[in-house]
Amino acid sequence: MDWPTLFDFTDYAELLTLVRSSIVAAAILGIVGGLVGVFVMQRDMAFAVHGISELSFAGAAGALLIGANVVAGSLVGSLIAAAIIGLLGAKARDRNSIIGVLMPFGLGLGILFLALYPGRSGNKFGLLTGQIISVDFEQLGLLIGISVVVLLVLVVLWRPLTFDSLDPEVAAARGVPTRTLSFVFMLVLGLTVAVSVQVIGALLVLALLVTPAAAALRVSSSPVLVPVLSMVFGLVSAVGGILLAIGGSLPISPYITTISFAIYLVCRLIDARRGARTRRRDRSRNRLAA
Amino acid sequence: MTPALTIEGAALGFGGHALWRDLELRVAPGEFVAVLGGNGSGKTTLLRAILGQQRLDAGRIEVDGRPVHGGDRRIGYIPQQKLVPPGTPLRGRDLVTLGVDGHRFGLPIVTTAVRRQVDELVASVGASGYANRPLGALSGGEQQRLRVAQALAGDPVLLLCDEPLASLDLQHQRGIADLIDARRRNHDTAVLFVTHDINPVLGLVDRILYLADGRFRVGTPDEVLRTEVLSELYHSPVEVLRSGGRVFVAGAPDAGGSHHHLESES
Repeated sequence: MDWPTLFDFTDYAELLTLVRSSIVAAAILGIVGGLVGVFVMQRDMAFAVHGISELSFAGAAGALLIGANVVAGSLVGSLIAAAIIGLLGAKARDRNSIIGVLMPFGLGLGILFLALYPGRSGNKFGLLTGQIISVDFEQLGLLIGISVVVLLVLVVLWRPLTFDSLDPEVAAARGVPTRTLSFVFMLVLGLTVAVSVQVIGALLVLALLVTPAAAALRVSSSPVLVPVLSMVFGLVSAVGGILLAIGGSLPISPYITTISFAIYLVCRLIDARRGARTRRRDRSRNRLAA
Repeated sequence: MTPALTIEGAALGFGGHALWRDLELRVAPGEFVAVLGGNGSGKTTLLRAILGQQRLDAGRIEVDGRPVHGGDRRIGYIPQQKLVPPGTPLRGRDLVTLGVDGHRFGLPIVTTAVRRQVDELVASVGASGYANRPLGALSGGEQQRLRVAQALAGDPVLLLCDEPLASLDLQHQRGIADLIDARRRNHDTAVLFVTHDINPVLGLVDRILYLADGRFRVGTPDEVLRTEVLSELYHSPVEVLRSGGRVFVAGAPDAGGSHHHLESES
């Protein structure tokens, strides 16, 4: 292996200015993904994220084939998937079977579109594994715009969505419009996935939408600290991944997924050590009591 | 005095099968009414109708003299105890906070007024000692105490309880039942308490609404929990046994009163 292809930081400053808007897009997605992830975890929807991303991939591949805007195609695919899952999958079991049915269909459709597409193969692969650097300026603006919308909607829905995620029955009894809320959350998730597909690729969306939140939940259960940590983890993964990747010739996604995974591992370790300490303390307390 | 809850001529059924019809019930402020009946007798559906989540086929339901609607803040709702998974990013007191402002859209900021209100609610159910611990780390009984506090937010006229003692140990059953009882005595909150087992609240209830087979019977425990009354209600021989201050209903065709059935249902 030729290490300089992995890390080569000559001309780094120039490269940095070239990819500045990509970094901004990734930073915002990292934050939004981390935030959405907290609800994805609470609502047990990691599988739905993966399902939506495959249909988002199909949409993007379709757009590539007909020469339309790829981000728009990705959005259409995402939103259709999110709406189907949201309308038909109110119960967890129904939801999982619908996602299980949609996912291979979406992936298959996407592969078909790519096979028909006569253009460069780099574009094809990018949809599955990420291509933020090759996204043009106009589309970057679209990605950033969508992320900001998601962020705003989430902040406004925060309290009722938390209530509904914890206990839908009681939330409904207390005046939370639970059905509408679930559906809106699915659409928000669809938007986030569509953006993530562009940055990190359909296959790796979970690294930004689930891993940061899962890591944060390992080290805290505070309603303030968990989302903040999750957003920081998402931001560090996304931006750190790009910063490392532009110093070499490897794609960005493996850097993002590796950083994200490393953060998760560290959080698990912290959790495990804390758990051991608590158990020790409980044991000694029991000894005293005995 | 306006009844806290008025049910008049209420009927509800699914697919031609009537859960109950011509249902009449008036619950006075501060009154404790238990709703009994076997599986499928429509106890939970009755709660849903009172919560405005289920439309009646006929009749009407009023709370404090006005018709009910979905998300009625005059009603507090205590659900069956189900354990919150560990790792839920909420502390005990956050559960109560959701009862105060969880239905409100907008920036998720906890104001000083809300915080003070939550402190009071938490203290009123004796949960101050553990309210700052992670919700998922609390025992079922502790979580259920916090749910009572959550339901009391907004000072409801009527407290609807859906099997709030299920899967709690005896000590916690006692504690939760006493909390609810104290509330109705001190604040005149009416209580409608759905349960499959009357015994934990037998000494507390004023009246019983017994649902069976599309019919019902309302009265004090001594009036309703009798062999001839329930046999007539079920149209089949049912025996009510009393032993050591506890009541057992034997031979009910819908197998009501059996813990096992209800647990497999939930």
